[in-house]
Amino acid sequence: MPNIRFTEKPLSDWMRGDAADSEIVISSRVRIARNLQHLPFPMLATNQQSAEALQRLTDILQYDDLGGFGTFHTLKISELDEIDKQVLVEKHLISPNLANESRNGAVLISDDESVSVMINEEDHLRIQCLYPGCQVREAWERAMVIDDAFEAHVDYAFDDRRGFLTSCPTNVGTGMRASVMMHLPALVMTHQINRILSAVSQVGLTVRGIYGEGSEAVGNLFQVSNQITLGQTEAEIIENLHGVVLQIIEHERSARERLMNESMLRITDRVMRSFGILSYAAVLDSKEAAQRLSDVRLGVDLGILERPSTAAMNELNVMTQPGFLQKSFGDKMNTEERDMYRAKLIRQKLGTTL
Amino acid sequence: MLCQECNMRPATLHFTKIVNGEKTEFHICETCAKEKGEMIPGTPNGFSIHSLLSGMLDFDSSTKSQSPGHSGPQNLQCKDCGMTYAQFSKLGRFGCPSCYQYFDNRLDPLFKRVHGSTNHVGKVPVRTGGRLKVKRQIDDLKKEMQQHIVQEEFESAAELRDQIRELEKEMTEE
Ligand SMILES: [Zn+2]
Ligand SMILES: [Zn+2]
Repeated sequence: MPNIRFTEKPLSDWMRGDAADSEIVISSRVRIARNLQHLPFPMLATNQQSAEALQRLTDILQYDDLGGFGTFHTLKISELDEIDKQVLVEKHLISPNLANESRNGAVLISDDESVSVMINEEDHLRIQCLYPGCQVREAWERAMVIDDAFEAHVDYAFDDRRGFLTSCPTNVGTGMRASVMMHLPALVMTHQINRILSAVSQVGLTVRGIYGEGSEAVGNLFQVSNQITLGQTEAEIIENLHGVVLQIIEHERSARERLMNESMLRITDRVMRSFGILSYAAVLDSKEAAQRLSDVRLGVDLGILERPSTAAMNELNVMTQPGFLQKSFGDKMNTEERDMYRAKLIRQKLGTTL
Repeated sequence: MLCQECNMRPATLHFTKIVNGEKTEFHICETCAKEKGEMIPGTPNGFSIHSLLSGMLDFDSSTKSQSPGHSGPQNLQCKDCGMTYAQFSKLGRFGCPSCYQYFDNRLDPLFKRVHGSTNHVGKVPVRTGGRLKVKRQIDDLKKEMQQHIVQEEFESAAELRDQIRELEKEMTEE
């Protein structure tokens, strides 16, 4: 029986506690793609070849602690049921791609869930470090430590001119994708978001909204990441991203200040209404839940509301997603039931006794 | 026409996808197309960016294959995994590490478009990147030597020259 404790609780240990700028930056993530020499990439690998990659990479756990991140737990994707897989995706511990179609796919997860290592995803190895708040440098340093630990035992596919060789041409070179998840409600409300996002895309970064069922960003969450992996050093990529994120934080802060100075009553009303709806609604679809949660998060940051805590907000963001709802309330659920359980769960969390 | 993904930049890539006889058109800018591996939200069944990327590869091959003397892209094949350049441009994915060598002379324009650059300058692995480490060391020493020569510090320059020769000997012996 695989160890599925990672799917039991919504909030990873790393998500607790406060970090730098965590009222605006939710999390920082660095992902490194690596491949083994002399083996086809997972897409073309035979069953035997991908099994070999899995064996060689998991064997390392026997003689290396991967840089001192505590015990790693190995989960084979084929041994997980659909809901557990979905929950791992919702917690960002595995990619949808690994959950859906990987042969001999596996993930190694550190005790506190800050490190997850995917095996046989698009590349043989994908090392990911996730940290709360604006800690993209820290996440990068940790990822490099784990990278070195693997590299001490296996030969990576590497080329002098092209760097680390990856299955997709968009990852070649450093193989590194660094991203920062930001909550930017004030920039959205003051209609500055597009201008800022377009400026960001001029400097080799991409921004995506966190999309729900429609095409607009829900919950005012945006992910900023590097799009270039070839021709820049890792340090340059990280510093560029970090510098831009700090600037966006500044813009969001001054937009929040302006909102508070110019329309405090309206903001307060909006925050309180959302809190009221979350506290007493009987049905909540995912889009409305995300928008209301965003308002409440802003309200806490601005001091309009005293609770819920940032940790509780992060927890709700994960818990209200479909996989987790089904995990908590039973597998077979139609949309309406899901919306009902979502509302119920939020009421419970907010301590509403109705 | 603006890119339907970012609504900011002009759409330069236009695609038609047919799902169950239903035609859907996509108009996307290059920046959005480069962002790989993710679905464009709000489209039926999602729409993989991989096919956008392969559109770029096809474009590259059609303009490049006109130059005479170059073996056509259809003849290129990776001897290790068997992937052909045509398959690569369709999938937007390499089959194995050796593909990079077999398709090498066609990759510069692609990397230039995607990354604005063709050469790696970042981390070098200890085990498989030994040569590159030495090469970068030699480059650094050469720059340093040049500075000494400009400043007419010929003794230091000569010392560096010897170091460079030593390293270069190491490299050719490997
Ligand atoms: Zn665009
Ligand atoms: Zn190949």
